[in-house]
Amino acid sequence: MRMICLTFLAFFVSISGSWSKPILTVYAPDYFTSEWGPGPSIKMAFEEVCNCDLKYVAGDLLPRLLIERDKIKADVVIGLNTDVTFKARMLDIFIPHGQDTSDLTIPIKWIDSIFLPFNWSHTAFIFDNTKLDNPPTSFEDLLDLPEDTRIIIQDPRTSISGLAFVLWVKAVFGDDSEKAFSRLAPKILTVTKGWSESYGMFTEGEADMVLSYTTSPAYHIIAEQDNTKSAAIFDEGHYFMAELVGMTKNSSEPELAKKFMNFILSERFQGMIPTANWSFPTKLDASKLPEGFAGLPLPQKVLFYTEEEAERYKDIAIQEWLTAFQR
Amino acid sequence: MRLSLIGGLIVISLIIFLTFGTLLAVTFRIEGSFIMDRYDWGVIRFTFLQAFVSAVTSLILAIPISRALVRRNFIGRKILITLLGAPFILPIIVAILGLIAVFGRTGFLSDFLGFFDIKPLTLYGLHGVIIAHVFFNLPLAVRLLLQGWLSIPAERFRLGQALNFSALNFFKHLEVPMLSRFVPGAFLLIFLICTTSFAVALALGGGPKATTVELSIYQAFRFEFDLARVAILALIQFLICGLIAILSFWIALPTYQGSGLDRVIPTNSQGKIIDFIFILGATLFLVLPLFMIIFRGSLALFLLPDSIFMAAFRSICVALFASILTVVMGLFIASLLVYHSKKFEIIGYLPIAASPLVIGVGLFIMSYQWMDPVSIALPAAVLINALMCVPFALRAILPTYIDIEKNYGQLADSLSMSGWARFRWLLWPRLRRSVGFCMGLAAALSMGDLGVIALFSDPDHSTLPLEIYRLMMAYRMNDAYGAALLLLLLSISLFWIFDRGGRLDANP
Repeated sequence: MRMICLTFLAFFVSISGSWSKPILTVYAPDYFTSEWGPGPSIKMAFEEVCNCDLKYVAGDLLPRLLIERDKIKADVVIGLNTDVTFKARMLDIFIPHGQDTSDLTIPIKWIDSIFLPFNWSHTAFIFDNTKLDNPPTSFEDLLDLPEDTRIIIQDPRTSISGLAFVLWVKAVFGDDSEKAFSRLAPKILTVTKGWSESYGMFTEGEADMVLSYTTSPAYHIIAEQDNTKSAAIFDEGHYFMAELVGMTKNSSEPELAKKFMNFILSERFQGMIPTANWSFPTKLDASKLPEGFAGLPLPQKVLFYTEEEAERYKDIAIQEWLTAFQR
Repeated sequence: MRLSLIGGLIVISLIIFLTFGTLLAVTFRIEGSFIMDRYDWGVIRFTFLQAFVSAVTSLILAIPISRALVRRNFIGRKILITLLGAPFILPIIVAILGLIAVFGRTGFLSDFLGFFDIKPLTLYGLHGVIIAHVFFNLPLAVRLLLQGWLSIPAERFRLGQALNFSALNFFKHLEVPMLSRFVPGAFLLIFLICTTSFAVALALGGGPKATTVELSIYQAFRFEFDLARVAILALIQFLICGLIAILSFWIALPTYQGSGLDRVIPTNSQGKIIDFIFILGATLFLVLPLFMIIFRGSLALFLLPDSIFMAAFRSICVALFASILTVVMGLFIASLLVYHSKKFEIIGYLPIAASPLVIGVGLFIMSYQWMDPVSIALPAAVLINALMCVPFALRAILPTYIDIEKNYGQLADSLSMSGWARFRWLLWPRLRRSVGFCMGLAAALSMGDLGVIALFSDPDHSTLPLEIYRLMMAYRMNDAYGAALLLLLLSISLFWIFDRGGRLDANP
């Protein structure tokens, strides 16, 4: 009975809400707004300074932008990444972020005036260092692992980490990427639609390795005091991935949106990223990173496709992946 | 009478609009030449393959099980036969979670095999899709074939015994002729169900090796928003369903009545052990997953986040509206058929071959320029769920309706009963049993539906089945089991309340 009362209460609270303050509408991915994502703490921190309500609308970003186009109801879109921004930019619904990006703490040079990166990491395979004695030190090693190794990856058509993975393979193997996929295929335990399911299966001990990010071990080190999870660092380099924010052209709260863009690169926001999003902030001095991040092994070489390149290779790489995995 | 004509025609037009109109809207989006690549052919092949294997497996198992049920009399036989009807109102996502708890990698069976150092099983991919489809369609196949066995007069079995028939003789002279009449129709029905089943492929398939046409539509729509590709795939799906529908039009589908069994074919001492194994196996296969849902869900049920209860509330609303709409549509079509023309009956059954996803995409294409797609998610779910239930409603209502008019129609005419009076005093008291049953069915089916809602919805507008799917995707399995138990309880309660409500006879 209490549950039912609570349900109704929650229902009425959600429809009444507070009317007085201006509302900043932010489109964000599902994972971002969930209680274990960075959304709630960012919302709280921004509402402290903005005298407004930050309202998230969660869902798959790009399809939504393609559907709504200039009828978009968001003031800000957060959580796109460089592999999909080509199509988003073509819609011509975003305006420049107006931030200085010359001194970002990211491994590549950022010259985009529309999309602003707010966190970054590299794709990587995570393993349990108490169980896997000889972790692969290169992509070739990974492909040569015995066939009974159980690896979980994500579908490039339904997840950004999966898409980053096929582009990573493309960047490492070029024209031979389909062959690389075929060599990997027998070791893949399952392909999940999103990152969360993969990672959950891995932490439950169902797999030996999982496709994730170089920053994932930090979560286990800091939140769980568990040092058994490591990222396998490959000689060929790792694919760079940044999540981006953009401000919309026909925002009904342009001032508020501008305020939010200023907030992104502030130390308050950037300081939350490591332990809220479990990835690197884009503008924070290394000395201010929490312990556990500082000691993370990182690749020497960083691979990256610009959005034009990503757009060009994406369909090819997905097609090769599909062909190799359908057999 | 006039109301029944106008209302009936409106409903008929609505069905035609939703099935063919939406398809037309979709085909307008096809642009240029579309080349089917190897992957697309693989998807079509997989769709047929899984449907074929699922249907064949269901039938091969259903033959010995139904035979065992017919020739053995044991305690709990009636309950088991009733239980065979349960998967029909069981939400698909709940069953999938139950199956994962039994056959999945960390499931009960894998743990058991672990004692013998056998590798854990996995439920993802082709065999997972097939197991889930067999779970849903084996009971249906058994119930269809039970009708077949019962169509053989018990006297013939006695005669066979008197002639000292061997098991092979029985099979050849009595059983094969019956099976050859019943199996093709049952096969086509299950094959059709499996080609259009979306939720099973969504939850257990989806990788490059296990994608169906319906799932491709969803992926092309939801992740690529490639409407041209969606249109082609929708057309392919329609052709597949149309083809099977035309086939089954030639081969009459076995009629299915949900009544229990009273006649028992004389028991035969041969094959007792085999019968026992099949009955036990079928019972375990159907009961264990449900048991696991209750077992794993009951603790988590009390710790569910509020968002789940909000979703449950939305689902109940969808179920109630859809069940009312189903009955209204069913009654109007039935009255049109009874009073005006029988010619429209086929249209009432059109939704069986329609794909809810294609209809959803069609509605979207027609409306998205003017409306926020998220805001039409729930109304579209109501409309499409009601549409999909219309054939069942017709099956439940029409025969009773015809009987009433045959038996009392002339009497009512002589008393000049028409319009509301005729409905209130003649039809309603006699129809309410069927109406209650079909509302219960529609409510339970809509409650558990995970189809068109997955196309549009965001977390603020999702239903309980979709929330369960999202919990699964986030690997929050405990919450998923808790929510699944909640959904199971709600679906069964809704069915029970309506069905019961129809039977409480104030006017006998």
